[in-house]
Amino acid sequence: MAFKTSLSCACNVFFRHFSRTTLKSSPITQPKFPGAKTSWTEKLQFTEPSQYTPIPVYRVMDRTGNILDATQEPQIKDEILLKMYKDMSVLNVMDKILYESQRQGRISFYMTNYGEEATHIGSAAALTLDDLVYGQYREAGVLMYRGFSLQDFVDQCYGNSDDKGRGKQMPVHYGSKDLNFVTISSPLTTQMPQAVGSAFALKGTNKVVVCYFGDGSASEGDAHAALNFSATLECPVIFFCRNNGYAISTPVNEQYRGDGIAGKGVSYGINTLRVDGNDVLAVYNVTKLAKEYAVKENKPVLIEAMTYRVGDHSTSDDSSAYRSPKEVADWATNDYPTKKFRYYLESKGLWNGDKEKQLLEQTKKDVMSAFSVGEKKLKPKWTEMYEDVYKFLPAHIRKQRDSMVEHLKKYKEHYPIDSFQK
Amino acid sequence: MASKGTLTVLNLAGAGKLLSRRAFSTTRLVGAKQMTVRDALNSALDEEMSRDEKVFILGEEVAQYDGAYKVTRGLWKKYGDKRVIDTPITEMGFAGIATGAAMSGLRPVCEFMTFNFAMQAIDQIINSAAKTFYMSAGRVNVPIVFRGPNGAASGVAAQHSQCYGSWYAHCPGLKVVSPYNSEDAKGLLKAAIRDPDPVVCLENELMYGVQYPMSDEALSSDFVLPIGKAKIERPGKHVTLVAHSKAVETCLEAAKELAGKGIEAEVINLRSLRPIDTDTINKSVVKTNHLISVEQGWPSCGIGSEILARLMESEAFYHLDQPALRLTGCDVPMPYTQSLETAALPRPVDVVDAVKRLLKVK
Ligand SMILES: Cc1ncc(C[n+]2csc(CCOP(=O)(O)OP(=O)(O)O)c2C)c(N)n1
Repeated sequence: MAFKTSLSCACNVFFRHFSRTTLKSSPITQPKFPGAKTSWTEKLQFTEPSQYTPIPVYRVMDRTGNILDATQEPQIKDEILLKMYKDMSVLNVMDKILYESQRQGRISFYMTNYGEEATHIGSAAALTLDDLVYGQYREAGVLMYRGFSLQDFVDQCYGNSDDKGRGKQMPVHYGSKDLNFVTISSPLTTQMPQAVGSAFALKGTNKVVVCYFGDGSASEGDAHAALNFSATLECPVIFFCRNNGYAISTPVNEQYRGDGIAGKGVSYGINTLRVDGNDVLAVYNVTKLAKEYAVKENKPVLIEAMTYRVGDHSTSDDSSAYRSPKEVADWATNDYPTKKFRYYLESKGLWNGDKEKQLLEQTKKDVMSAFSVGEKKLKPKWTEMYEDVYKFLPAHIRKQRDSMVEHLKKYKEHYPIDSFQK
Repeated sequence: MASKGTLTVLNLAGAGKLLSRRAFSTTRLVGAKQMTVRDALNSALDEEMSRDEKVFILGEEVAQYDGAYKVTRGLWKKYGDKRVIDTPITEMGFAGIATGAAMSGLRPVCEFMTFNFAMQAIDQIINSAAKTFYMSAGRVNVPIVFRGPNGAASGVAAQHSQCYGSWYAHCPGLKVVSPYNSEDAKGLLKAAIRDPDPVVCLENELMYGVQYPMSDEALSSDFVLPIGKAKIERPGKHVTLVAHSKAVETCLEAAKELAGKGIEAEVINLRSLRPIDTDTINKSVVKTNHLISVEQGWPSCGIGSEILARLMESEAFYHLDQPALRLTGCDVPMPYTQSLETAALPRPVDVVDAVKRLLKVK
């Protein structure tokens, strides 16, 4: 009975409101549905992708290093500009040598960064060491800028005793706790929701999380989850997409339709920037703005850096099977980020042919020496294989290890035991 | 201590030289045509696609690029965009699309670049593909094949080197095959494509380039192997070695070495992990009175655990002279370093040593 009464009361209330609104003549201009804030229309029509103006590509320099709008030239100290240029060049030399070492069978795998140097260095220069970086795998320049030495790179690729990863990961799966760079993980895009989780944890600390990913990785479901959650949870994270045109052999027109990766940002309610990824100054400016905004507002930003993967996908790939050498050569000669930056530095009187020659010679020497030192180092102690499966070594793993120790006592001569640390 | 039971032996025992086992010798049948596992899989796909136009392939890089490991070589040229489809990098997405296509009557072959990446899609495989026939009370079947390389490759570390045999074999609704050589690969994949139920086909990257003899029968386009039947690769009377995929080769090499010492090992190639051919194993044990399972996967809840448990529940148990053993991959994620990688997987010397211990011979 009680139920019936209250129900009829509710009805009364409802009808009263209803009749009052219908009687009012002033029209409701805004729909009130909770699902979208927008206007009404009485026109039946599609919203077509073609009605949408694609997000423009922000740049600072033209292809020859001229500043296009003086107000956009970042005020970066000369020594920083030179460090940026130097790291871009060193990255290049290191790639050449480590790529070759894979070809010679000295390491099992390698991935080069050719053509994408400006996305790494421009963004890294706009961040601080406090900021947390999640990479995909083609971001060696970011790590280099943050202070990972040539020896650190080589040691990881060799998995030797000085490798911070203790020889547990494939080459190029770098990581450094000191440099706030999360160890690379092979399964694509898993880093994106993780980055949002970290940003959630770091909210309000004036730090930002930067998460790099490729145009191909953006197709994984995790990318959707990451973008959506970052917006709803309001996390200070910068999603940095390196759109280099290909995911192994898959060109972007088979990867997605619509206005690239940037186009998605807006629909997630995320402030978005699209930038010339071959223009290191432009990348610097967008990352700086993104960080300021993300930290101040506790909100995510999406950056899409347009670039081109000049090298093969990895040492397991031969890209001539799916793209023309002419296409590659065109990017390598006419819009190479390092070259563009060099023109700029030359115009400022900061660089010249002699310095270039000196830098290349010195770098080659440095890489080669890191390389030969790294190659000679012992592998981590072989019992490392049983470490770090769990925080505390459980009995069954200890048993495996101990039986291996016993076994090696007997049959030492059959194992390359001397190549491992004692 | 109980006199009968199981004792886990990991792969650490065993004397012998640490040989590089990257190059394989195979038994060569004089006159038989040699074919790589890759080509055998390719011809299975080709034959089934020309036999039934409902069959199509989708996955990352399968079309123009011919597949990450070139298993689909030439098929895109021959069958075109409609039947060989490159997908964006969304395993969950294309596994779902393939599952939906199968629910609507097509026969998709869904290639994963490796089964490591199928982890992204495992909900579609298990909660949808494997269970839909049951959940729809038999009204909607899902004739789909999920295939790709499984298990440890070479120098690709923990996230690219695991065996999913027992993961999938655990699930009702799925069938799971794990071919060893070229005949297996062709016959099992063709059977999988024709099967009305979802089948997981676990290939091995390191075997793709290895050549094996193909009988005339196996070369024919009618050749299919029954799912659920094991094969005795080598008869013997002293000990039964049961394995699947690459571990079959480990056992055959061990058996060869043991033969030199007068021990005749019977090597059973499982071929199928679900259903598992308990009869063939048990019959063999009745004959040899000794059993060792060998696999590259981890020990806990592994294929070996299943084999030993089933044996325990059968009459054949009373024919064992010694507790059966499991030889498995080491119970840690795969190390990257090549020499440790080799040591983390069962090698022929480990099998030889385990057999000698089981038979109590020096
Ligand atoms: C879940 C998952 N699926 C597939 C792969 C294999 N894979 C490695 S890199 C890659 C292409 C990624 O392309 P993109 O994100 O565009 O980055 P880019 O290599 O161009 O820098 C693929 C498919 C993987 N590592 N993980």
